[in-house]
Amino acid sequence: MNHDPHSVGIVSPQCAEFDEPLPLQSGASLPSYRLMYETYGTLNADRSNAVLICHALSGNHHVAGRHHADDKYPGWWDTMIGPGKPIDTSRFFVVGINNLGGCHGSTGPMSLNPATGKPWGAAFPVVVVNDWVHAQACLADRLGIEKWAAVIGGSLGGMQALRWTVTFPQRVRHCLTIASAPKLTAQNIAFNDVARTAILADPDFHGGDYYQHGVAPKRGLKLARMLGHITYLSDEGLGGKFGRQLKSDGYQFGYGSEFEIESYLRYQGDRFADVFDANTYLLMTKALDYFDPARHFGGSLPAALAATAAKFLVVAFTTDWRFSPERSKETVQALLDAKKSVSYAEIESVHGHDAFLMTDPSYMQLMDAYLRRVADEVGA
Amino acid sequence: MTAPLRPDLARIAGWIAAGSRVLDLGCADGELLAHLRETKQVSGYGVEIDMAGVIGCVSRGVNVIQRDLESGLAGFEAGSFDYVVLSLTIQSMKNVEAIIDEMLRVGRTGIVTFPNFGYWENRWQLLKGGMPVSETIPYQWYNTPNIHLCTLNDFDELLTRHGARINSQIVMHKGRRITFLPNLLGSLALVRFESLAKTAPTAAE
Repeated sequence: MNHDPHSVGIVSPQCAEFDEPLPLQSGASLPSYRLMYETYGTLNADRSNAVLICHALSGNHHVAGRHHADDKYPGWWDTMIGPGKPIDTSRFFVVGINNLGGCHGSTGPMSLNPATGKPWGAAFPVVVVNDWVHAQACLADRLGIEKWAAVIGGSLGGMQALRWTVTFPQRVRHCLTIASAPKLTAQNIAFNDVARTAILADPDFHGGDYYQHGVAPKRGLKLARMLGHITYLSDEGLGGKFGRQLKSDGYQFGYGSEFEIESYLRYQGDRFADVFDANTYLLMTKALDYFDPARHFGGSLPAALAATAAKFLVVAFTTDWRFSPERSKETVQALLDAKKSVSYAEIESVHGHDAFLMTDPSYMQLMDAYLRRVADEVGA
Repeated sequence: MTAPLRPDLARIAGWIAAGSRVLDLGCADGELLAHLRETKQVSGYGVEIDMAGVIGCVSRGVNVIQRDLESGLAGFEAGSFDYVVLSLTIQSMKNVEAIIDEMLRVGRTGIVTFPNFGYWENRWQLLKGGMPVSETIPYQWYNTPNIHLCTLNDFDELLTRHGARINSQIVMHKGRRITFLPNLLGSLALVRFESLAKTAPTAAE
């Protein structure tokens, strides 16, 4: 394999163990926990060039590069992160973290509960976005990062970025929230609930303690992912890619997978169910549903954002209907009302919600322009 | 260090007080706002529909909201800006009256610049039987984005009808100020105005 000069190359995950308890919003507390993370680039002498990447629903700490030379896929945001890319690792020190409740090494339902010596399973406490932000702050402390040059995230990641500015106003210079929303709509919660119901209804779910039974509710998780996947794409994008193409010549008059889109979705669902944990999916969608920083400010988002000190970039995509531009504009509106420094861009894209992971040229140029400015500002 | 500003933008900048809050409508790549920030500690936002302009603003570190001005300025609080600037944009807008009202709503002072259709070369070309093409109207009739061209006098009348009072007016041609027969000899008009309703009770400045 040729070395790509714009790739961070071969990377290794790291693990941080925390022995002090982490109090959670729900009232529960994790006695101890671990966070998986990866870093790329070098932290500069005054520790001013650190960028935090917050992951979305099914993301993890592996943001860029490959774990070994013949890795089939790079990290989930490899298009954006690397030397010379918008999140330029020759200037920034980039940190990707797997959130609590995750299934990629951070403490979650699959981890052993120290009290029982068995996997947490259903007993794992519900975590919310603010809990993640607190845990991320503990890792930042350990890495010696007092203030992030930028906290960046798409979708659920954008919610974390926004939450950072509210919870730790003095620790964020720039907040980039992409294809996100200040809280979910009823429709979005509804989609999440259908996904969860698919998992809860799987006979292999066993109340969340399926690990002991040596099974996993893969059918439910597959369904959940298929539903989610449809909502992350646009009709236009799907139509362009699959249309009504059939796998064989004519109609089979049955319920097998006949249309290309069907086999694509089923394949994606299976692949996901093989690598992801159903309990984590439940937790992450619940965190999405609960997110509402205005809640503790009498429902006023401008009031919630009043004490923030970051500069904001809010980005939305025209065909994103799961987190539509209208939702991003609510964040922008609240920031304007609170008289904060904010820019808003609405990118033309056919890729729907998933556009934040794609490389639409104006999106890449916008991110590049913004982050170049950030890098200059922090002397990176 | 700072590149010289376009002459008309320099005139606008001259009208803007240090430390004020400015909303620049159709701000393009944010040249004016960046200049005002660096020379006068002005804060504010640009509004721009074109993505290249938005990216230009972002790379200058200028706050920009991507939006179509035709949809108005909803979201910008009444009276929240000292100045609202609309530079060389009004002639291409559908709803001219609405944007004037919106400018008067969100700002204390409005500044509009537009190509003066009363400029003598424009009149002369019309007299000769063709649609004018000039420095400030550099399009043919079939490809022009300009749908609402007016003269200096027309614009004054519109402002009056919308309850505004002009407190400064400059006419330029080829980057230079024209003081003699402005409506005839100037190709570019710059007008600063205030809402009569708002200016009456406050004489503090």
